[in-house]
Amino acid sequence: MDLGQINPILLLASLMVAATPILLAAIGEAVVEKSGVLNLGVEGMMITGAVVGFAIGVNTQTPALGFVAAAVAGAALSMLFGLLVLYLKSNQVATGLGLTLFGLGLSALIGKPYEGIKAPTMAKWDIPLLSDIPVLGPILFKHDPMVYVSLIIVAATWYVLTKTRAGLILRGVGENHDAAHALGYKVNRVRLIAIAFGGACAGLGGAYISLVRVPQWVEGMTAGAGWIALAIVVFASWRPWRVLLGAYLFGGITVLQLNLQAAGVALPVEVLAMSPYVVTILVLVGISFKGNHGAPGSLGRSFHATH
Amino acid sequence: MTGDLRQADALMTLEGLTKAYPGVVANDQVSFSLLPGEVHALLGENGAGKSTLVKMIYGLVKPDAGQMTLKGETFTPVNPAAARAAGVAMVFQHFSLFDALSVAENIALGMDNPPTPRELSARIREVSQAYGLPLDPERTVGDLSAGERQRVEIIRCLLQNPKLLIMDEPTSVLTPQEVEILFETLRKLTDEGTAILYISHKLEEIRSLCEHATILRHGVVVDTCDPREKSARELAEMMVGDTLHVPSREHWEPGDEALSLEGVSMTSPNEFGVNLRNVSLSVRKGEVLGIGGVAGNGQDELLAVLSGEARASAGAIKLSGDEINTLPPNARRTRGLLTAPEERLGHSAAPEMSLTENALLTGAVRENLVERGFLRWGKAESFARRIIEAFDVRTPGTENAAGSLSGGNLQKFVIGREVLQDPDVLVVNQPTWGVDAAAAASIRQSLLDLAHKGAAVIVISQDLDELMEIADRFTALNEGRVANPVPTQNLSVEEIGLMMGGGEGEVAA
Repeated sequence: MDLGQINPILLLASLMVAATPILLAAIGEAVVEKSGVLNLGVEGMMITGAVVGFAIGVNTQTPALGFVAAAVAGAALSMLFGLLVLYLKSNQVATGLGLTLFGLGLSALIGKPYEGIKAPTMAKWDIPLLSDIPVLGPILFKHDPMVYVSLIIVAATWYVLTKTRAGLILRGVGENHDAAHALGYKVNRVRLIAIAFGGACAGLGGAYISLVRVPQWVEGMTAGAGWIALAIVVFASWRPWRVLLGAYLFGGITVLQLNLQAAGVALPVEVLAMSPYVVTILVLVGISFKGNHGAPGSLGRSFHATH
Repeated sequence: MTGDLRQADALMTLEGLTKAYPGVVANDQVSFSLLPGEVHALLGENGAGKSTLVKMIYGLVKPDAGQMTLKGETFTPVNPAAARAAGVAMVFQHFSLFDALSVAENIALGMDNPPTPRELSARIREVSQAYGLPLDPERTVGDLSAGERQRVEIIRCLLQNPKLLIMDEPTSVLTPQEVEILFETLRKLTDEGTAILYISHKLEEIRSLCEHATILRHGVVVDTCDPREKSARELAEMMVGDTLHVPSREHWEPGDEALSLEGVSMTSPNEFGVNLRNVSLSVRKGEVLGIGGVAGNGQDELLAVLSGEARASAGAIKLSGDEINTLPPNARRTRGLLTAPEERLGHSAAPEMSLTENALLTGAVRENLVERGFLRWGKAESFARRIIEAFDVRTPGTENAAGSLSGGNLQKFVIGREVLQDPDVLVVNQPTWGVDAAAAASIRQSLLDLAHKGAAVIVISQDLDELMEIADRFTALNEGRVANPVPTQNLSVEEIGLMMGGGEGEVAA
């Protein structure tokens, strides 16, 4: 065992990379659930985003176009879910599970010709001045642009949800859709927009795995990241900054346990492998012990206008 | 006042409004007019079309035919925002509030162009002071009492400076004191020229508040009147179109003690609940005991301790002399103690389940609807059918979801379900809450009939008129304590007030 070979600066830097896919998917799902819809299809939208982003990225040799295509693909798939759930009033849980299975199958089909190809590399940003700060520079300011995009999305989500009228309407629709309807808000339209946003974010998260993190296409490569994102949303009490905390905590311990495995720590591999899940759950449960952390009042209920 | 005169000065006129839904005409050629500064009552039984009519005025429903004018101009609101912009505001029957949001956020959602949060908070404080409705804009709505929640709705409307305020059953969840405050606010508003369209089942309130009434029956305007010149009974008969049956009872002597509570105390399982403190009561066979009191003084807790949902921490509950405090609900049902809680949807009935299933839920034990773990569907259905027939529950069939019934019909069903199980002791909480006059009368009559057959009945209610009408003895809950019950005959308003306010808790029996 040689713990000396673990470089804490590299570890913290790779934490942000490891956490970004889950962070993107989770912040999108948090918005969807805040509007009162439970979309269990995150995994399916992520993997679809992963394959579409990879395919477009490879064909154009431009990762940025790959991310745009992934967001569009995730949103398109989520619209299928939105149509079924909002307008055809199908059961949200069953439809979401179906979406995951559909996404997994669809991505395997699209991805067949792309197996074994390497993704075009995405240039890292060396943010001038900031990246020269000792310790903090390499940890925070030497990443690819998507890491910063994901942080901007979290900040923007927090701002819109808590400070703007659009966010208030979205929360109102999720809290009590009958009341929102009685006040004249278009419940299904608000929810459809939220679902599209969630789908786009999940698509981005998936593409980050196939274009940056791995970076190649492997069937089923999201490997449950979508389900982790769903769990983080709940344990984070539907709050954007806690979603960030949960995702980074999970990403951090994932990277740490891999390093520990490589360093040959005398712990069973199984214990190390499960540690990210256990620690994330424990910490977020600890946080949510205090204060008001109820689920949105209309979460998972389908909305029937009475006329 | 002639129709022409009303038309000429009218703030709003409705002409020939018609709205049909598949299988039912909710409104048929409805016409009337509203004057500025008038409180106009809209009367009718459950299902007479009142809600559809006000939804058309508020832009939630589009009429099939007919027209409206507001201040002489054609008024066709395409959505509630358009109605609000034109000066029409509405306070809903089931509050349209968002529990997890703050008062200020709730109010902002009901406005079309809310000011900044800081200005809005200041304006909420200002308006709530001006109308005597104190309210803290920062509080979370879920923590407020029913009266405070309604204030949120009213202030939301007042901030829009409405010309017409529509109120759908505003007092059904309010305490008498809160009703008094509400009426003062409404009078202030009418003095400023606002017209109020007022829907309520409480006819005494309408007589004291409204100057004009339009009566709907099966979607048609059948009559108009000045409610101040009519008695509550005449108003009820105009609504029903028939003579109203007033619950009546002959005098009979109650029998032996059926249920008694001796020094019962209980810590409320609900964070915002009230603890029961040293409650002693007894009720005899053939007797109706009325328990009054302002909501939130331990009514729910008292029902829970009697039904077996909660255990008393001290004291004894005896059914025909046997201690039953440790028995769960079904064991109590077996022994003849049945209860019907206040909340229709979610507590006394499961909204998503059919009437048959709901009949099974409390009737399983006494009606033998379960045999060796298997449900006897046929028997359950015939039990549900018996309830529907005996209590005139209006529903297409036993397979309909409980939640699809109107409030009054579901209430008849949940009371009927317990009454038909032939209880020795029946405890009901708010048996006629939000129920129209005819249905309320039939529910009260059924409780009296049950007592006449020898059952002991405890009626917990905030409706004092109801308790005076059917109870033999009266007491009140105040902060979890009960006063000594006294006979209702010759009971004066002062005595009742003293008991409800806690007084010394010792009114001469």
